[in-house]
Amino acid sequence: MAAVAGSLRSYRSVFAARFMLMLQYRAAAAAGFVTQCWWGIIKVMVFAAFYHGAAARQPLSFQQTVAYVWLGQAFLMLMPWWGDPEITEMVRSGNVSYERLRPLDTYFFWYARALAWISARMVPRAALMFAMVALLVPLVGLRQWGLAPPPSPRAAALFVAGLLMAVLLSGAILMLINLLVVVLVSDRGPSLLATQTVTLLSGILVPLPFFPGWMRTFLFLQPCAGLADIPFRIYSGNLAGRLALAGLVQMAVWITALIAIGRRLTERVMSRLEVQGG
Amino acid sequence: MNGIRLYWRFLAASVRAQMQFPGSFLMLLISQALATSGEFVGIWALFRHFGQIKGWTFPEVAVFYAVINMSFSITEVTARGFDIFGPQFVKTGNFDRLLLRPRSTPLQLLGHECRLTRFDRFLQGAVVLVVAAQFVHLDLGVATIALLLATIAGGVALFAGIMILQATLSFWTIESLEVANTLTYGGVEASQYPLDVYVPWFRKFLIFVVPLACVGYFPVVRILGHHDSLGAPAWLCSVSSLMGFLFLAVALRVWRIGIRHYCSTGS
Amino acid sequence: MPQIRVENLSKTYRVSERRPGAWGAVQGLFARRYRLVHALKHISFSLERGELLGFIGPNGAGKSTTIKILSGILEPLSGRCEIDGLTPWRDRIRHVARIGVVFGQRTQLWWDLPVIDGFDLLRDIYRVPDSEYRRTRDEMIGLMRLERLLEQPVRQLSLGQRMRCEIAAAMLHRPALLFLDEPTIGLDAPSKLAVREFVKTLNRKQGVTVILTTHDMHDIEALAERVIVIGNGVILADKPFALLRAEVLTERRLFADFVGAAPALEIPGAVVRSRDGNSIELSFDPAIISVPRLIESISSTYELADVHVEQPQIEEVIARFYDLHGASEA
Repeated sequence: MAAVAGSLRSYRSVFAARFMLMLQYRAAAAAGFVTQCWWGIIKVMVFAAFYHGAAARQPLSFQQTVAYVWLGQAFLMLMPWWGDPEITEMVRSGNVSYERLRPLDTYFFWYARALAWISARMVPRAALMFAMVALLVPLVGLRQWGLAPPPSPRAAALFVAGLLMAVLLSGAILMLINLLVVVLVSDRGPSLLATQTVTLLSGILVPLPFFPGWMRTFLFLQPCAGLADIPFRIYSGNLAGRLALAGLVQMAVWITALIAIGRRLTERVMSRLEVQGG
Repeated sequence: MNGIRLYWRFLAASVRAQMQFPGSFLMLLISQALATSGEFVGIWALFRHFGQIKGWTFPEVAVFYAVINMSFSITEVTARGFDIFGPQFVKTGNFDRLLLRPRSTPLQLLGHECRLTRFDRFLQGAVVLVVAAQFVHLDLGVATIALLLATIAGGVALFAGIMILQATLSFWTIESLEVANTLTYGGVEASQYPLDVYVPWFRKFLIFVVPLACVGYFPVVRILGHHDSLGAPAWLCSVSSLMGFLFLAVALRVWRIGIRHYCSTGS
Repeated sequence: MPQIRVENLSKTYRVSERRPGAWGAVQGLFARRYRLVHALKHISFSLERGELLGFIGPNGAGKSTTIKILSGILEPLSGRCEIDGLTPWRDRIRHVARIGVVFGQRTQLWWDLPVIDGFDLLRDIYRVPDSEYRRTRDEMIGLMRLERLLEQPVRQLSLGQRMRCEIAAAMLHRPALLFLDEPTIGLDAPSKLAVREFVKTLNRKQGVTVILTTHDMHDIEALAERVIVIGNGVILADKPFALLRAEVLTERRLFADFVGAAPALEIPGAVVRSRDGNSIELSFDPAIISVPRLIESISSTYELADVHVEQPQIEEVIARFYDLHGASEA
């Protein structure tokens, strides 16, 4: 028991150290904010134009779509687009095997760092974005384009749960990408495919309900749906009650599965490195 | 050895370096192509659902998409040096090496690397254009082709200017370079749809501040043979891509200011 | 007319400080703190054509700042500098066409290209006429024995091989002035010797003016007649190396091996530094007791097996010099 508490403490300080490091990059956060505002505005305008001549019944109402877009920008850092840059650097310099020198489980060690990396990049931008679209935009009179609050406290609570799980999910997917980077000894290949695939499958590119019927079932069930689609639709009430809970359960299942797979594979890859002296 | 010949030498060297591993290069190209098509799938899905946007049909919007992507891809392939300028040259101090050569720095950066793997974006744009042209009954006469080429040239100049400005920013801070992605990738995103989709103040921004509309919307409207619903005369649409070159000239001036700053503060 | 003239050169940097701890990190999000670093304070010196100058000093003393200003990529705060009639940072393109620069840590050749292709690219960049280029190139290849390296991509070369190619590359456009920034760092012994030989040839036989920055004092010993020591942004010494050494450390070392156990020696003017088994190490000042006298006073009482006399290590000389002038690492 003491050993677990001890390692938890280690993971916590690993998390904290990386978090602190990322906070330094304030200019990057500001720049990211501007970029994301731009993207959000464009997407909202495009959707407004689409909805303009469209039928009344849509899988997502305009307000819900707007919420989807803004949440997508606010939590963009959730997207496991690239491998963790620290891991990539280690692979490039050939120092990966030195990670085994640490008295910690390699998978969870990297996982803790990945979670820190994701959340440290996410929190400042999400806070700024929320401030802007939830407060400022309505103030300026563009209420229609701002982010409306969740329809009920229950939806809000479920959303927060979904968000936390999205972070865990993103970390688990990131770990798999890391493995690809380690195995292929290159980050370019994995990054390219990962970026577009994740963008498409999570709903960030186009909200999943808009896809043709024959694609929808698959899209709703695959793991990346939990990165954006499920939590965002819970927020706006599009996924409510039992469906919302089902979505969260689905995310939990994928998180567990991906962590298990990831851990297994990491052990295999790392021990192979030990043998080869990679 | 004047600048243009030197540039060709650089290009040849870069291509040779990349072709050293033809297998890996091909693999990257293919995965890149797969990756880029995701964007188009998104547009396709939206049109499949909604049918039209402010009166524009899918093939028409596809032409807007194709033209701006072809312009950007050329810049993406050639101006790699500016793209990675911050982390590769300023942060590492490698820019000193460029300053120690008796040549203009933009020329050296242009020649730094030719990112062939990004060429898929151009191919994709070309394919989309050819296919969409059938659906919109495009008149492929000499005038139209000439206008198309001029538009793309103007677009290349504009995007090059944006990347140069982004690189100049890294003289002051290496961190916030993402901003320029707003204008490059974000600019492509915005120009994929016709201008009248956007609200008035945004349209003004896209015309006067970062003249993306001048190298995208206006010329393509002319190419499609439509009349601009915003009232711009036809001749204006034909020459508006010159704005791209003007933007580039301004960007180069700002670059020189950036170098002055770099040389007085050290690295 | 000296080739290089530096007058009252000063340079100050603004460095941003990061505050420690969590609260400091958050504060850093809003306001940065800066401090001023006076890297150079009124430096003056001059250099004649064909000289080989060694530029030494502890880390952070201002060496690389000076080199950057002299090469034209950094503008000083105040002061004047003229190299072959040009002000480096103002006439950058004309100035850099006449100089060669080698950085020990970084390469100017193209990583993925064969060495010879990199050379050819440099010819194009520096606009060297073909015939002249071929002559210079072949000369440098011969001098540095690069024949077998030419077809290999730079990334496949060892550090020593790369450095030889670097120096050759820097000379392709026949500059009259060569800056060498830590050229032997990380090299193995034979490569160091090769590099030193090369530089010596360039300087003594071809009259190339060389400014050498290094931490390796054996480079200085082998190459530099004149040495400038920089510490804390000021010039601490500007003189021939032999004089510097004589000024700082006059003491010598004597190592004696005895037949039988080493005795407890007590000789006026000599200090026992260490005693181990049959050996003893003495330090002494030749001005107080000369070498013959010292040896005689030992051997007259004890039986010596072997004796040798040394000057102290160069590193010690320099470290002592830094100490004397309070010029420790910044």
